[in-house]
Amino acid sequence: MQLTSNSIVRSVAKITVFTIAMLWSTLTVLASGGESHDEEEGFKPGEMIMHHISDGHQIHIIGRIYIPLPVILIHEGHVDIFSSSNFWDGFDSHGELKFKPYTASSGTTYENHHEIIHVVGGHDHGHGEIVNASKPVAYASIDSASVIAAPMDSLMVMSAPVVEEAHVEHIKPLDFSITKNVAGMFIALLLMVIIFRSIANAYKRRPGQAPTGLQNAIEPFILFIKDEVAVPSIGKKKAHKYVPFLLTVFFFIWISNLLGLIPFIGGFNVTGTLSITVVLAAFVFIITTVSGNKHYWGHILWPPGVPLPIKFILVPIEFVSIFQKPIVLMVRLTANITAGHIIILAFVSLVLLFGQSSAVAGYGVGVGAVLFMVFMFFIELLVAFLQAYVFTLLAALYFGDANVEHHHDDEHH
Amino acid sequence: MEFLTVLLDTLMNQGLAGIGAGLAAIGAGIGVGRIGGTALESMARQPEATGDLRANMIVAAALVEGVALFAVIVCLLVAL
Repeated sequence: MQLTSNSIVRSVAKITVFTIAMLWSTLTVLASGGESHDEEEGFKPGEMIMHHISDGHQIHIIGRIYIPLPVILIHEGHVDIFSSSNFWDGFDSHGELKFKPYTASSGTTYENHHEIIHVVGGHDHGHGEIVNASKPVAYASIDSASVIAAPMDSLMVMSAPVVEEAHVEHIKPLDFSITKNVAGMFIALLLMVIIFRSIANAYKRRPGQAPTGLQNAIEPFILFIKDEVAVPSIGKKKAHKYVPFLLTVFFFIWISNLLGLIPFIGGFNVTGTLSITVVLAAFVFIITTVSGNKHYWGHILWPPGVPLPIKFILVPIEFVSIFQKPIVLMVRLTANITAGHIIILAFVSLVLLFGQSSAVAGYGVGVGAVLFMVFMFFIELLVAFLQAYVFTLLAALYFGDANVEHHHDDEHH
Repeated sequence: MEFLTVLLDTLMNQGLAGIGAGLAAIGAGIGVGRIGGTALESMARQPEATGDLRANMIVAAALVEGVALFAVIVCLLVAL
């Protein structure tokens, strides 16, 4: 190997990068050596992650900026509508929002307990949920990784019998509030209406001409779903009946997934909640069941081309799979999106955990964590599109199964 | 005694949940690895089919990951 100037420059560059990397990692490890174990003020990653994934009655933008959302409750026949800022009660030592009970104009007192609204004054709540709210938090800190590092005596304190406030029966009103997830769905809905209305108008205004602008950008996706997903799965004749639903569900899931990836607008997690994906899967289930023709049910209850003893094993399996397919759709979407959010939040909490012990450690870990986080964001972009595509593809396949034609029986198994 | 109870409780809940999540990761790794491996092999045999193979590989990987993420969700529910 010749000693050219190019190779020297490259070797020097490699040595420099290696040295910097070693110095940085050493500094980080040394700086984190002086950890102080005060569990009261500690940062709890588990809580922070759950707070960001779960629903809430306000949108947390950054720091102490919250956007209140309307709370709509129906209790004993009357409707209470008020802003969720009525529950706010300043901030605690962590900078987290504190809640207080609120008496609506109808006279009912509500309290916001971990984002579930209860009616106060119903059953015996003599344990005093507000006062004991710190107890569950102390208990919950066992969940975080800090328990391993905690000194013995604080563990003894935490293991003292905790007042079980979970056994008190809380009356819950019917909660029709506009929560963060509902607001996220409205945003996705608004985006879809705006985009597709403008595209439809463009087609009307300029018939037969080449598409331009937004129309040009979205048309490939519409044609992709129609020609590569719907028609091959359902067949040319019946595909047009299902294409509107497939397009809607594809774009809704894609836009909601992307919405969850935008930082600093409140951290939406629309498609990552089971309650929303269960509705999408239920739609698929209902459409499949309603549009199932004779051959569909025939294939399930009396599979052709299968020897008789195996039929008895196969029929229960096929029957269960009617319900299992939508359930799998639901869990797959939720799990993928939520897992992605948790990974990104875990990198953030890594920085915050190390930064707790010393600022230098925080910055040191921050370099690597931010790089990994950016990488994860790119993967999440891919996953956003991919999960929407997989949901739509499987829905189209199930619709195609439900509309199976007669001549398929001849070439079965 | 209290410490042991708390330790065992943590072990059973969060400890097993951690192990479960790790096993799910193994499953996902093996599954997606096999998909990628056979896809690459087929692309080497027939380079002109690369586009087709790539699209189907990604779809199959998404489906396999879905199953692994079931286990992750269950472990999450156990742990939190």
